[in-house]
Amino acid sequence: MNLFHLLPFVVIAVITLAGALAAATLSNLVHAALSLVLSFLGVAAFYFLLGAEFIGLVQVIVYVGAVAVLIVFTILLTRPLPGARKGRNWAGVFVAMAVLAGLLWALHGTTLPASHPLASNALTVLAVGQKLMTAYVWPLQAVGIVLTAALIGAVVLAMEEKR
Amino acid sequence: MDKLSAVIAVSSVLFSIGLMAVITRRDAIFILIGIEMMLAAGNLNLVAFWWYGAHPELLTGAMMAIFTMAIAAGETAVGLALVLAVYRHRRTTQVDELNSLKG
Repeated sequence: MNLFHLLPFVVIAVITLAGALAAATLSNLVHAALSLVLSFLGVAAFYFLLGAEFIGLVQVIVYVGAVAVLIVFTILLTRPLPGARKGRNWAGVFVAMAVLAGLLWALHGTTLPASHPLASNALTVLAVGQKLMTAYVWPLQAVGIVLTAALIGAVVLAMEEKR
Repeated sequence: MDKLSAVIAVSSVLFSIGLMAVITRRDAIFILIGIEMMLAAGNLNLVAFWWYGAHPELLTGAMMAIFTMAIAAGETAVGLALVLAVYRHRRTTQVDELNSLKG
């Protein structure tokens, strides 16, 4: 891994993790949601770096476009009362650190398979479409049903109740 | 340190930050945001193992990542609708104030 490949990787990793950390710690809800957008953009850049351009574009459209707008809408619709309790449960930081240490320890002790990435980009939209219509046609239908159920459920839950 | 390990290390850190957000935040919206971060970390792992794995031409990990994203988007929509429904009844989204079942 030479410097030319290392530099974009480090920049993207720093942006992703800084955005995630800001989203986890900032006390202003809207600022935290915008930091989350930055983090999602970093993850999308990782997908581009890993040769999965289609997934990167889906990440930008779904997360940065739809999910972030949904979260900001919910934040603006649910303003807390003035007397809301501040403060965090700081014991969670130690739990998260312990989990991180466990994950990195497991990664350190694992011999990963030798990597042999494809010479050309395999994840074209054509290939994805062909896979979705042949090998993955039943999962695709199941996801369609799940999304329909989620859409109806979200509308029913968020609807004003008639008295 | 090869590139696959580096990507997995980054996604481990992202997962831990999401876990920290889930545990330390008291606001239900931010617990959902933490879950989103953990799902993104898992997705990053799927794509990394696809790209550096044995048979990238089969697109297995990439297709899995696409389906995970669809499920995650549905989960967020339902979760935020639940937060709105709770807010309408209790005028709060702080999870430790929602304790009416507590004896």
